[in-house]
Amino acid sequence: MTSESMMSTEFWRNGPSPGSVYNFPGPGQTAMQNQSQIGAAKRTLAPTVTGTSVLGIKFNGGVVIAADMLGSYGLSARYRNLSRVMKVNDSTIIGCGGDYADFQYLQSVIEQRVIDEECLNDGLATHQRGLYSWMTRILYNRRSQFNPLWNVFLVGGLQDGEPFLGFVDKIGVADESPTICTGYGAYIANPLLREAYENNPNMTLEEAQKQIERCMKILYYRDARSINKYEVAIVTKDGCIVKPPVQPETNWEIAHLIKGYE
Amino acid sequence: MFRNQYDNDVTVWSPQGRIHQLEYAMEAVKQGSAAVGIKSKTHAILVALKRAPSELSAHQKKILPIDDHVGVAIAGLTADARLLSNFMRSECLNSRYAYDQPFPVSRLVANVGNKSQIPTQRYGRRPFGVGLLVAGYDTQGPHIYQTCPSANYYDCKAMAIGARSQSARTYLEKFLDQYLDCTLEELVKHGLRALRDTLPQEVELTTKNCSLGVVGKDTDFTIFDDDRVAPYLQLIEGEERTNARPPAEGAGEAAMETEGEGEARGEGEGQDPQPAEPQADERMDQ
Repeated sequence: MTSESMMSTEFWRNGPSPGSVYNFPGPGQTAMQNQSQIGAAKRTLAPTVTGTSVLGIKFNGGVVIAADMLGSYGLSARYRNLSRVMKVNDSTIIGCGGDYADFQYLQSVIEQRVIDEECLNDGLATHQRGLYSWMTRILYNRRSQFNPLWNVFLVGGLQDGEPFLGFVDKIGVADESPTICTGYGAYIANPLLREAYENNPNMTLEEAQKQIERCMKILYYRDARSINKYEVAIVTKDGCIVKPPVQPETNWEIAHLIKGYE
Repeated sequence: MFRNQYDNDVTVWSPQGRIHQLEYAMEAVKQGSAAVGIKSKTHAILVALKRAPSELSAHQKKILPIDDHVGVAIAGLTADARLLSNFMRSECLNSRYAYDQPFPVSRLVANVGNKSQIPTQRYGRRPFGVGLLVAGYDTQGPHIYQTCPSANYYDCKAMAIGARSQSARTYLEKFLDQYLDCTLEELVKHGLRALRDTLPQEVELTTKNCSLGVVGKDTDFTIFDDDRVAPYLQLIEGEERTNARPPAEGAGEAAMETEGEGEARGEGEGQDPQPAEPQADERMDQ
């Protein structure tokens, strides 16, 4: 939104008039505004606060999912401490990229379902395969109503000793793989994780975490929508944990050598 | 016209704290032909006695498949059973659609219980007149559940419902400690023997009147009818009946009416003007 022509003519252009509320994605979309004024249904046409890449990798006896803690508002690094991974139950974790509000919505639905299920007290819990299938149905249903939940989800877990890692996106496309990265990470981190996994398909938790840290660092160097602070969720046979945020050491010594992208 | 003043509707209590319409519905289950269910550590089976309502009619189905991992045997009003089995099928399909997983049997039966409860508490409605034996296999192993018109349901090691089923329950109780470690073949033999005990002396189990349903670990629910049940019937052919007794006069109907005796009766029961019908097999509030 910071084009120079705007800046040169007026101090505050295309913004809300004094006293009114800024209406995302901005008053450029006047047709949308008119629709909402006459009470027409409004759909998410673009995400607002977004999260970038999510990384996931299987190791011997579990799954790791990691995501950084930035909530971007457009290009601006608006929120710097948003958790984008979640523990569902003792065998399931999820990680989320895309619209943060939609994630919070689905998060509250899932949390309520977990509570409802615990209240049944029948010794059964929806495991990640069930949750994964359910999420594909929800996301595909929403896109079929032309009102998608603007997210990419990674679902990880352990069922009957078998690690599981799958992803679902906003149109309901779903796939399973030993390594999954979404967003910018799909280009930058996935080849690295995949190579690491192929060289060592039975990696330990420590090795998997090391790979995740390496990829998160590389993503921080190259992804303009990332931040140097991330959370890791781990599921093993002993249960699930979301570890406290980590801020890895970075090294920008060679940064001045990179030229031509200004 | 009415047998007593408290049985006009399900919503009416008798002063003794009973709901006569429910107890009548429970009697409907005992009019249906017998069905037996047993489970071992690996399998759950159903065996049922089929009836032909007339000479011209075929034997009616007694065991209905619900899903790959569940089946039911019915006793009582077949039309009500079809409605309930339809409901169970759709519940199972919904679970497979949403979660890509078979529906846990305990939840399925709980849903049937919840569905059955509603007409037991509403003015102008009637309870389902059918009892089900549900056999299923899920992540928690094999299951046998019994459901009643009263909306009660029971998790069972072994159970028999329907006409003269007390004899089958007597048999089942006798060998109760053996079922868990049985092979499938032994389990079926127990089931057939228990079912045979419900028959009058002059009637035998045949391929026509006997139906078998099996479900277990790595075994989808399968029904064995007609010729396919013959090998199983041969297993118990010629064995002495465990309940061998001199043919009583008027066997059949008379025997049916004594069903359920030997159950402990609470004090103060049976004070209402009683129907000529047999007493309820069990209290609904247990």
